[in-house]
Amino acid sequence: MKPPSPPWRSRNHPAYWAFVVHRLSGIALALFLPVHFWALGKALAGAGALQAFLTVTEAPLFRFGEWGLVVLLAAHLGGGLRLLLIEFGPWSGLRKDWIAIAAAGAVAAGLAFALALVR
Amino acid sequence: MTGDDILLQARLWWWQRTSAMALAFCVLVHLGVIIYAVHAGLSAASLLGRTRGNVVFGAFYTLFVLACAIHAPIGLMNVAREWLGWRPRPVGWLAAAFALAIVVLGLRAVYGVVVA
Amino acid sequence: MQSLLTARIWRGGSDGAFVTYEVPRQDSQTVLDVVTWVQRALDPTLAYRYACRVGMCGSCAMTVNGRARWTCRTHVERVAPHGILDIAPLANLPVIKDLTTDMADFFDKWTKAEGRFQGAATRRQDFARVAPDSRQRRAVDAAIECIGCGVCYASCDVVNWRPDFLGPAALNRAWTLVNDVRDIALRQRLRAVAGDAGCHSCHTQGSCTERCPKNLAPTSAIAGLKRVTAQAAMRRKL
Repeated sequence: MKPPSPPWRSRNHPAYWAFVVHRLSGIALALFLPVHFWALGKALAGAGALQAFLTVTEAPLFRFGEWGLVVLLAAHLGGGLRLLLIEFGPWSGLRKDWIAIAAAGAVAAGLAFALALVR
Repeated sequence: MTGDDILLQARLWWWQRTSAMALAFCVLVHLGVIIYAVHAGLSAASLLGRTRGNVVFGAFYTLFVLACAIHAPIGLMNVAREWLGWRPRPVGWLAAAFALAIVVLGLRAVYGVVVA
Repeated sequence: MQSLLTARIWRGGSDGAFVTYEVPRQDSQTVLDVVTWVQRALDPTLAYRYACRVGMCGSCAMTVNGRARWTCRTHVERVAPHGILDIAPLANLPVIKDLTTDMADFFDKWTKAEGRFQGAATRRQDFARVAPDSRQRRAVDAAIECIGCGVCYASCDVVNWRPDFLGPAALNRAWTLVNDVRDIALRQRLRAVAGDAGCHSCHTQGSCTERCPKNLAPTSAIAGLKRVTAQAAMRRKL
């Protein structure tokens, strides 16, 4: 019989949450890639075909989805830089300061994207 | 576990991390491009106006696509093994297929916005 | 002060259940004191492990209110301010009975990680001279104080997801030997700790580092192994 897994309460600490965000954002971004490329590939059929698709994405739900992806991308970037620092850098410890910086970067990217939408 | 497996696994880790270093740079630039493009009002004409015939743009996004094709499938392999409990061999083949799909679709998209 | 504490203690094997006991509160009471009191005053069949009672032996680790801890160094008032204690065996290890786990897998993995020093010198040779401030000696110092209590192993998700995974303690041990300039088994040790059953499956969740009662950082040790082994693999020297 498989031994009991660690209780959920034992996972409640910043580095674990950073892992959860990194993994979930990674899954979402990986699955989004083919869709993204398929959409851009519409340019092969000319500017008209691409514009037809872009017009569809002006719906609020699409915009919200795009905003979410930008936040996830920034979070994955910040979290990933922290992992590279831990794995390749001379530091010790879990670099929780970088978790905070990554979170701030994701928020900043989200705000910048939202502001760019407002013209 | 054979020695070849260990060698491959260690190398996959290495490739995922080195591609991550390239992606860190690419994503930073890409976020800037996204926010600039959206701020300028996203339209096919303005987008293609900036990208068509732009060699730097094409080279950058080719590198970006290739780094994604290395980085993402290795991450998904770990997820499939650890969270879905899939066997290593089918996971390896699926990841290879996913990598190929990203290369083909990605380079097709770059070709579409830069060359076509 | 003679208030009561509610202790829910795991009884039975892995298909067991929590049984509730009322235990008198005392000043400076540790979780180990609570377990011992239950065994001596209420139920002598309660099985648990301990030896030194002062945080040296590493045998009394259990899951206390959802976290792996040394019970001897955990004060009740710190973890159970509301007077309720859940005490269970360590996770990620097969339960033998009540609070005791079978730690064979845990220690077997130290062997699998080549956690044994292998030197070339004999007793007739002079002492090896290792500069205390050298990079390698400092890496050893940072990781050497492990006493094998299993808290990190019980807190690690990767151990749970990949039963082959060697775990933080065994990899931390291997890292001390990789940095031991007297050791001659580097190459076979790097092979032993590389790949998916070794360091490359660690996702830096940091639970080992967060929970280590000795404040060691197995995450950093594993990061070192990742670098060294992957570099060796890329140079065809693994």
